[in-house]
Formats: sequence, structure tokens, C-alpha cells
Amino acid sequence: MASKKTWLALTLTSILSLNAYAQKGETVKIAWIDPLSGLMAPVGSNQLKTIQYLAEETNKSNPAGVKFEIIGLDNKLSPAESLNQLKSAMDQGVRYITQGNGSSVAGALLDAVNKHNERNPGKEIIFLNHSAVDPDFTNSKCSYWHFRFDADTSMKMEAMTTFIKDMPEVKKVYLLNQNYSHGQQVIKYAKENLSRKRPDIQIVGEDLHPLAQVRDFAPYIAKIKASGADTVITGNWGSDLALLVKAANEGGYNGKFFTYYTGVSGTPTALGQNGAGRVYQVSYAHYNMGGRMSQYMAGFKAKYNDDLYTGSMIGIFDLLTQAMAKAGSTDPVKVAAAMHGHKFKGYNGDMEMRKLDHQMQQTLFMTVWQKADKKFPYSAENTGMTLAPVKTFEPYVSSTPTSCQMKMPS
Amino acid sequence: MEFFLISSLNGLSYGLLLFMLSSGLTLIFSMMGVLNFAHASFYMLGAYFGYTLESRIGFWPALLLAPILTGAAGALFESKVLRKVHKMGHVSELLVTFGLSYIMLELVQLLWGRVAVEFTPPAFLQGPVFTLINHGQLGLSLVAGVGGEICQSADTAVRIVCTPFPATRAFIMVTAIAMVISLWWVLTRTRAGLIIQAALTHPETVETLGHNVPRVFMLVFAMGTGLAGLAGVIGGFTFITEPAMAATVGSVIFVVVVVGGMGSLSGAFLASLLIGIVQTFAVAIDYSLLQLFKDVGVVLSADWQNNSFIKLTVSQVAPILPYLMLVLILIFRPRGLLGKRDT
Repeated sequence: MASKKTWLALTLTSILSLNAYAQKGETVKIAWIDPLSGLMAPVGSNQLKTIQYLAEETNKSNPAGVKFEIIGLDNKLSPAESLNQLKSAMDQGVRYITQGNGSSVAGALLDAVNKHNERNPGKEIIFLNHSAVDPDFTNSKCSYWHFRFDADTSMKMEAMTTFIKDMPEVKKVYLLNQNYSHGQQVIKYAKENLSRKRPDIQIVGEDLHPLAQVRDFAPYIAKIKASGADTVITGNWGSDLALLVKAANEGGYNGKFFTYYTGVSGTPTALGQNGAGRVYQVSYAHYNMGGRMSQYMAGFKAKYNDDLYTGSMIGIFDLLTQAMAKAGSTDPVKVAAAMHGHKFKGYNGDMEMRKLDHQMQQTLFMTVWQKADKKFPYSAENTGMTLAPVKTFEPYVSSTPTSCQMKMPS
Repeated sequence: MEFFLISSLNGLSYGLLLFMLSSGLTLIFSMMGVLNFAHASFYMLGAYFGYTLESRIGFWPALLLAPILTGAAGALFESKVLRKVHKMGHVSELLVTFGLSYIMLELVQLLWGRVAVEFTPPAFLQGPVFTLINHGQLGLSLVAGVGGEICQSADTAVRIVCTPFPATRAFIMVTAIAMVISLWWVLTRTRAGLIIQAALTHPETVETLGHNVPRVFMLVFAMGTGLAGLAGVIGGFTFITEPAMAATVGSVIFVVVVVGGMGSLSGAFLASLLIGIVQTFAVAIDYSLLQLFKDVGVVLSADWQNNSFIKLTVSQVAPILPYLMLVLILIFRPRGLLGKRDT
């Protein structure tokens, strides 16, 4: 009997003493659900390495004192396959998931996470969206359990068109995009923003092609040339951008490209020495920004001989560890409450996980493809070329209003 | 005008690549009655063989050896597997080739990885073979190689449009045409070709004359898969070499074979070119049903005008056009364009 009482006392004291830093030493599993097969596999495998690398770096020291374990799950870029993987992640007791490739996939996951959280109180899951940029996720479909670390399509377009506004040589624009939510949103916001900021610009053509299916972009390039466009705006990524610029080089197209994802796997190699001074990218990070981004990029290159470009994942670990320290717990419910509206100094300047819609408010950069030099030395995919910053947009420039009516958990 | 010329050439080169692939498929089907579901997998295999060999023994030997290796793999499959299930009928044959396509896909992913490999064309195929120059005053002209100074000049007074034609695509065309001629020559002008043709229609007679009919079948299968391997090497460096490349052409070559007529080589040739050109030009057409109604003079309500189906342009449906053609052909001309029998 006496021993039982001592045990109870011991347990109680240990619980009490641990309470302040209850999360310390805990291991947090994050399921990464993105493509590892198919045309977008190169992008997926780069990002899996990125998140694993950043987890290792974060595990060395972080404000919450927790350890992260990444579980990589291949979703083949298919919404249906992603739901299966989500299920298997849940079965392994995972409470944090991350995804980013394809808003089509993100939409399905968001829906599933919402339903799951509604039906299983106490087992909530948090969706950390690293790159899916359909504005709907923080507007009409916004959710308390979804946190977006990338800047959405409307924010990037806001920055991009602010830049184009001061380029008088841009007169005829062609919009070429992937036929799914993200690509359609790019077209919508490009038209809206351009007509507001540069009504004289003529949209000479627009096209939607299937996502990750087209191998031969030569017909599209012939069409763009025939339209007389001097500029192409595209939200394409992965093979859809790499093969597009390859076809543009072969087809002798000399216009400008305004892109979202020039730095993503495959495209730097496809561009090579071509396209200097006429391929632009708008993003929340760039190759030569110094600070932690450059430090991680150097470490990643030394380890994998590859580029680390998904900076939003740094934001994920920053926000998670700070929120876990603040909440004193790794419980998703408490962590979500701590992330909600959290402001901090991130790798790219001031960051804020906006309360209204859980969209990260952050600095954006316009960069241009050019030869790497002393000032901007980072060689993208070892091409000897780099993306040099030409303009920085403070968070308020690209901040867009939201229609989100967030349903708070009771 | 330069748009029309370049698009035609793009369409033709793509069509000819399709023909290189489907000729093997239709050859095997017409001669052996086997619908080879794994045919596109041999295309993929050819590309990967080409990629591996090119870095070791150079481009030309690889171009020669990769199809031979692919053909050898085909021969091995025919003699060790296909021949065994042949007596169980067509369904078994179909299923075994279907299974083979999955095995090959997994094997390729195990050996070469899931990510695309960097299969670059040799130096002489990088860059354009000729450049079309449309000069505002001098009209249309053609220059071999890169356009040169005239394309670099920043003279804005005269509109100059330079359109290079990539050498890789020209190479597809040359190879495909050489292949058609040699195929035709082998089948109709050589002794071996005559035996092959005879073995197909009258196997017993040929056998009693002392020829080894199973070996003839094996050779046909090897030849067909070898042709797919050749297409794979060329398609691999022109477009992209990755595990999904079989799946993407796999369905299109069946369309070619059905539209052209089961077992008809000339039909497959016609259908390949047709599909290549239709797909290329469809991308350029922004005509939609909405536009059609407008042109005819039908006034639609605002609701209908925003209907996403009516707003679909031809360029958006370009990827499904071949399959639409397949369905239409099966309904209205089941034997295909140049087919001889109703299958």
C-alpha cells in the first residue's frame, strides 16, 4: 500500500515539475505528402530532402527543444492517392501534415483535414501548406487548421504587376498556364491587376494546358510567337516550366517570361545560358539573400549538390517551434492557437501568420535570370547562372484582402 | 506563314515519331495476331538503353545498339513467355503483355530511378538545322543553321521574325523515313520478307517447306520491339526520358493502330501523321462553341455564355482529340482508314 502512495506522489511531482516545458524532448512527426513519382518527381524529391535537411538543422537547437521526424509519403500528384496517404499518416499517429505541390491536391487534403477534425475532437490534425497557392484556401475555403507559408497567387501577382507597371516595353502579354485551380487563378489575377495598373497592355492570348502531361511545348511556342507577344506570364512549375523554356529556346522565342517558379528543380538547367535578363521570378526568397537562407542553401548544396529553394519550409519550422514553446505543448490544438496571429522575425524579414485567414504576410522579391557574379554568386543547379534581385516588396505591398469568415474551434 | 510552316514541321516530326512506334505494334499484330500492350514499355526501355550506352560508347553506337538490345529483350520475351501462352488464346496473350508492361515499369524505376534522367542529344543535334526568316521587306527566306546577324539585329523599323527548326526534330523525320523505306524493302523485296509474309497466312505450308515458323515469329517480334526501341532513343533525347514516358505514348499508339486500320502499315503511317498534325494545329485554334454560336448568329443568355463547356476552346481539348478520333472511327469505320478486315 505504502509503495502505491509513493508512486502516486512521485508521478504527481514529476508531472508538476515538467509542466512548464512539457514539450521538451518530445518527437513531433510531420507527414510530408507530395509527389515522388511521375513528371513532378524531381520537385518532390528535392523538397523531401529539403524538409529532412531543415528538420535535422532544427533538431540541433530550437526554442521548443523538440525533435522533428519527417515521414515522406508519395501521393503521385493525385488527390485520391493523397487521401490514402493521409489515412496512413493518421494510422501512424501523425498530427502534422505538410504538402504544397498542386492546389488540386491541397484542396482535397484541406477538405479531409477539416472533416477529420470536426469528427475526431482530441485528434486534430494541422495542415502546414508550404507551396499550394490557390487564394481560395485563405478566402472562401479558409480553415482554422490550415496555415499557408507561401504567398498566394494574388499576392505574387500584386508584386509582379507592380513591377511590370514600370516597364514601358511590355505591351503585349500572353498568359500560358496549367489547367487547374492555380493556373486559372494566375490568369484571373493577371488580367485584373494589369487592367488596373497598366490598362494599355494588351492580352494577346491565353492558354490552359493539362498539368504535368505536356512533353512538347513547341506548338505553344509557335502560337505565342504568332500572337506577337513580347511577354509571357506563367505560373507553370516543374517540368511544365522546364520544357516550356526549353521549347522557347529551341523555337527562338525572345520575349520576356514572368514566372512564379524559375528556381524550382529542372528549370535552371533547361534555361542554361539562355534567357539572361529576360526571365523573371517573383518569390518569397532568392538565391543570394544572405542570412539563414544562404546558410541553409550552402549546407544543402554541400550535402546533396542540389538547390534548396523551398524557403517556406524554414518558415514552417520557425513558426512551429516558437508556437510550441509558447504553448508549452506539442498538442496541435494548443499549437494552432499559438500560431494564430503569431508575428516573428523570419529568414526573409518580418513575418506574420495573419489571424484573419492564416496566410503568412511576408516580403517578396522580384529576381531576374543572369550570369552569377561577385555580387550575386550563387550558381543555380551549377549552371553558372543565378537569379539576381531587382526589387524588394515589403509585406504591405503584396498583402491582399481576404473574404475569410474563419470558423473557430469551440 | 512561318507559323504554318513550323507547325506543319512540328506536327510531321511528332507524327513520324508516332509512326516509328506504332509500326512495330501493327507489324506484330498483323503478323502474329498479338496485341502487344507492353509495346510502349519497349519504347521506354530503348530510351533508357540509349541513355546508358550513349555516355559509355558514344552516340552512333548507342543509336545502333540500343534498338538491338531492345529487340533482343523482345525476342527473349516472345520465345520464353509469349509462345507458351499462345495456345491459350488471345486473352492470355493480352494479359501477359499487360503484366509485362507493369514489370518493365517497376524494373526501370528500380534501375534508373523515378526521376527523369538527363539524356542530352549529341553536339551536332543541339541547335537548329535551319532558320526561317520572315523579313518585313525581303519576305520569307531560309538559312541553314542559326539565323546569324539578321536575327540579332535590333532594327525595329523592319519586322524580322526568326524561327529556328531544332535539329533533333529533323533527325526524327530523317530516321523515320529511312526506316519506312528499309521496312518496306525488307518485307517485299527480300527472301526473308517473303517467308515472313507467307508464314503469316500459311504457317503449315511454310513449315512443311522446311522453315522454322516459331523462329520467324520471334524475329518479327524482335523487329517490332526493336523499332520501338529506336523510337525510344530518339524520342528520349528530343523530349524527356522518364518512367512515365511509356504511359503517355501507350494510349496514343493504340489510337494510331485502330484509326489506321488494324495490321495495316500504310494505315498506321497515315494515322500517325494525321494525329501529329491535328494535335499540333489544334493547340493553335482558339475557336469555341460560344464563338460558333456567335458566328451563326444565335444569341445566348448570359448563363449560357458563362457555361464552361461552351467556352472550351479547341486548344484546350487538343489532348483528347486523338481519342475522340478513335471513338468516331470505331463507330463509323471499324476497319480503320486503310484496314482490310473488320475487327
